[in-house]
Amino acid sequence: MRPPEALPTFEEGPPTGTELEPGPPPEVRDPRRIAWTRRRISAGRIWKTYRKSTLGMIGLAALILFVLVAIFAPLLASKEGLKATCPCNGILFSPPSLKYPLGTDNFGRSVLTLTIWGSRVSLTVGLLATAISMIIGSLIGIVAGYRGGVSESVLMRLTDWFLVIPFLPLAIVLASVLSPSLGVITIVIGITSWPSTARIVRAQVLSVKTRPYVERSRALGASGWHLNTRHILPNVGPLIFANTILTVAIAILSESTLAFLGLGDPLSISWGTTLQNAFGSGAAYTGQWWWIVPPGLAIVFVVLAFTLCGFALDEILNPKLRQR
Amino acid sequence: MGTRRYILSKVLQALLTLAFVMVFNFFLFRVIPGDPAALLLRGTAAYNQQNVEQVTHDLGLDRPLPQQFLVYVEDTLTLHFGDSYFLQGQDARQVISERIWPTLLLVATSTIASAILGLIIGIYSGWRRGSRFDVGAQGFTLFVYSMPEFWFGILVLMAFAGGVGPFPSLFPAGGYATPGADLTGLAHAADVLNHLALPWFVLVVAYMGEYSLIMRNSLIDVMNDDFVMTARAKGVREKQILWRHIVPNAFLPTFTLVLLSLGFIFGGAITVEYVFSYPGLGLLTVQAIDSKDFPLLQGLFLLFSAAVIIANLIADILYSRLDPRVRAG
Repeated sequence: MRPPEALPTFEEGPPTGTELEPGPPPEVRDPRRIAWTRRRISAGRIWKTYRKSTLGMIGLAALILFVLVAIFAPLLASKEGLKATCPCNGILFSPPSLKYPLGTDNFGRSVLTLTIWGSRVSLTVGLLATAISMIIGSLIGIVAGYRGGVSESVLMRLTDWFLVIPFLPLAIVLASVLSPSLGVITIVIGITSWPSTARIVRAQVLSVKTRPYVERSRALGASGWHLNTRHILPNVGPLIFANTILTVAIAILSESTLAFLGLGDPLSISWGTTLQNAFGSGAAYTGQWWWIVPPGLAIVFVVLAFTLCGFALDEILNPKLRQR
Repeated sequence: MGTRRYILSKVLQALLTLAFVMVFNFFLFRVIPGDPAALLLRGTAAYNQQNVEQVTHDLGLDRPLPQQFLVYVEDTLTLHFGDSYFLQGQDARQVISERIWPTLLLVATSTIASAILGLIIGIYSGWRRGSRFDVGAQGFTLFVYSMPEFWFGILVLMAFAGGVGPFPSLFPAGGYATPGADLTGLAHAADVLNHLALPWFVLVVAYMGEYSLIMRNSLIDVMNDDFVMTARAKGVREKQILWRHIVPNAFLPTFTLVLLSLGFIFGGAITVEYVFSYPGLGLLTVQAIDSKDFPLLQGLFLLFSAAVIIANLIADILYSRLDPRVRAG
């Protein structure tokens, strides 16, 4: 990666002879600070490119909106409205009205309240599952790429195996063996979705590892830990980040699918469990569209938002796509 | 590497993967916290100490682990997954084999249709990149990609089977054929197709977008290759360049991905079959989940995995036929 112009450099090169004025004594620069300045500048540059992507910005705006709704859910709708026995509930199965803008469900609960509160569970599970998947995938990818040899073949074989096992059946089997809870769902999604990350990370590590500055650092006696945390990880990081955002989209879809199949936490309200409840109560056969459309649209929009952000970042950060 | 050696090594790899899935499946039900026998009976009326011991013995869980593994391998190789719980007294193998045909019919026909449609859309939007068609197709693709199949299925069910508002009730709401109708010949075929239509439509639309996206990206990659410029310089007509030079080359990676996506379609079929109560392996999976039928789930899991592994193997072998460079590499 070429250092940008505005960067503080270590050496100015040999004096050219034209600058005879004695300058101020050279500041002692902290290498850590230099590294952070460099990272800040690089992040700024990525943001500048990202801003030009219309779809990426739309995705980001939608994402912020969803996160705000999830955070401020108590202000938007009372938590009491999630209880089947809340006095605030209306007539069962009633179509949209002024008091219940999206109608009510089989307990008379407002579907709007369910949809607002559902964002919390869906986003939390999606983000946590992605974090698990990223940690496993990055670790395996970095170890395989950096160490090479036997550990690489073993780890990559394992990755290929996991890649082949169909995701949903595996998640179903895992989730049904363990008792249903949000933690289990999160872990199941996390440990079934890491293989593609591991492959992407490994490929990038293989390319970073041979770059001259890594070799120089190694020649200076840097330990494996130092090389990995100071040189390789910062260079693989952006790609992992782009991949993370795309994985969140898949994790949210998986959560809703597992919840719809009855493998979610029966006590928490997510978009998936709302849809499961609606379908189980025969909403599809009696035409209660208000109960089915809002949670589904919420899933579509949040997944779409993550996907748009992910694609836009991928265009910038993925060396394979950049030249196009 | 010779063709035969290449195929042999691929077959070997597939067998190894299958073996891994088998071992994985074995440990899946043994490393889980708690007593598997108690787990099987959890929440059922038969839950008591004596039954738990009985089930432990029946499952062979009181024997040493290596012996358990040998029994498991033998059972799996003879396709004997144990008795299904929820369909009392029925062998899981028998239950599965009854349900396999509806799913094969649904998955095979919808995969072919959505691959063809997706490829055509992908070719046109990649070729006219940035055109109104491309932008529209991209938007559609992204929307479909973000949509849970089951939700789309419910909407389709509501619109075309339930008959909401202006939509007439056109198709049956579910099942494989009209129960008790006892139709034969053409009438039976028409009845089956009538029931197949809605789940088929949902799967075709849900996966079309992914194929078109892959084809579009692959096409754009190939469009920038040198041989395309050479063809253009020679004065080859644009149509010829697209269909004779670009598409065959762009098709190769897409082809593999289409076969690889089979695993996802099985996943999609699980929820879609459930929504349309279409009596295939997907609906069976949901029924097995509901009744905590672990022998059945294990068998289904192995079957789904084996299907994907075999699809991969076919992809690899066909790919080496289509592209000789792979064999050399």
